[in-house]
Amino acid sequence: MIPAPGQTVGPFFHLGLPYAGGNELVPPADPAAIRLGGRVLDGDGHGVPDALIEIWQAGPDGKVVREPGSLRRDGWTFTGWGRTATEADGSYWFSTYAPGGPVPFFAVTVFARGLLDRLFTRAYLPDPDPADPFLAALPPARRATLICAPQPRGLHFDIRLQGDDETVFLAYR
Amino acid sequence: MTTQADISAEIAALAGQPGEQPRKDYPPYRSSVLRHPAQEPVLADPEGVELWAPAFGHRDVDDAEANLTNRHPGEPIGERMVVTGRVLDGQGRPVAHQLVEIWQANAAGRYWHQRDQHPAPLDPNFTGAGRCLTAADGTYRFLTIKPGPYPWRNHGNAWRPAHIHFSLFGTDFTQRLVTQMYFPGDPLFDLDPIYQSITDPQARNALLAAYDHEVTAPEYSTGYRWDIVLTGSHRTPFEPGEAP
Ligand SMILES: [Fe+2]
Repeated sequence: MIPAPGQTVGPFFHLGLPYAGGNELVPPADPAAIRLGGRVLDGDGHGVPDALIEIWQAGPDGKVVREPGSLRRDGWTFTGWGRTATEADGSYWFSTYAPGGPVPFFAVTVFARGLLDRLFTRAYLPDPDPADPFLAALPPARRATLICAPQPRGLHFDIRLQGDDETVFLAYR
Repeated sequence: MTTQADISAEIAALAGQPGEQPRKDYPPYRSSVLRHPAQEPVLADPEGVELWAPAFGHRDVDDAEANLTNRHPGEPIGERMVVTGRVLDGQGRPVAHQLVEIWQANAAGRYWHQRDQHPAPLDPNFTGAGRCLTAADGTYRFLTIKPGPYPWRNHGNAWRPAHIHFSLFGTDFTQRLVTQMYFPGDPLFDLDPIYQSITDPQARNALLAAYDHEVTAPEYSTGYRWDIVLTGSHRTPFEPGEAP
């Protein structure tokens, strides 16, 4: 059996994929909510206004969530999954909890017009374990592209599709 | 202005190279030039949440969302058709109770989207987006209208073959796929840099639906079948209930 190859989401994905509340895994008014945000940038450093970002993460207790309800959030159930389209300047944000567990990161998927297949990456919480084997194997400058910068009430994570500070993208074994 | 002949020559120069996936660095698709990573992806063992896919259920998706033809007071214009098939993982196992999302142009090749400037008519009875959950055996099924081909601005007089955009989840995060389903025999295939970015013809064929008389409805709709095999990591997945 031949696997189905990917194809770009194209310019019209707003018709089918983003939805109201997609970026609010947690209501922003929740006192424990943090903002995970940043920009998607192209090889010239310009914001990508037609990208789509998905995050998938453990809860604050480190457990993988098995709850449905991401597409119609009830305001109470943490599903661990969110989706948002970028704004005109390439920016995006999610309201969520910081993931817990031994290796806390957000699994991130990137789609865009002009991007022929999705990209996977990880957004690690600041100051990750220096002994983490995956991070430790990366040259420091490349490792830095995977680590969120702390901000008041949140985390900053830019995604550079190409260029000097190109984000590390993953292929899974 | 770049012509179709220019683009076709670029496509021919890159054709036939092996690979299961599209080439992300594919200059004939002009928008890819500044949007593809130049570095090779870094190999990683899936960890934590990556070993799992997000869960969706009937709280997320109403069964009615699989019918794209009855969202408005009138019938949409075009060839009414069923699109069905199975979602399978890399080992051929069904992907059960998982989310499938689609979006598409109408029969005239126009999207219900403010950025679509194609001077073809919008159909007030067709929006062009749908969702469903797969059944226990991985089957998905939509009732929709056959989309038309449409022009775009990659080069002079560029046209996309008719297609339906599909978004799929598997049994773990690594199987996430967004792709496009095409119809057999489309005369625009050879001209289209998005389709041809998959340079291996066998892999490209995996995006072709087949007309299937078994899924038509008498005096109502034609029918196409498209089975979707997901890739991702080649581990043996956990059994249900094994969540950490
Ligand atoms: Fe399209």
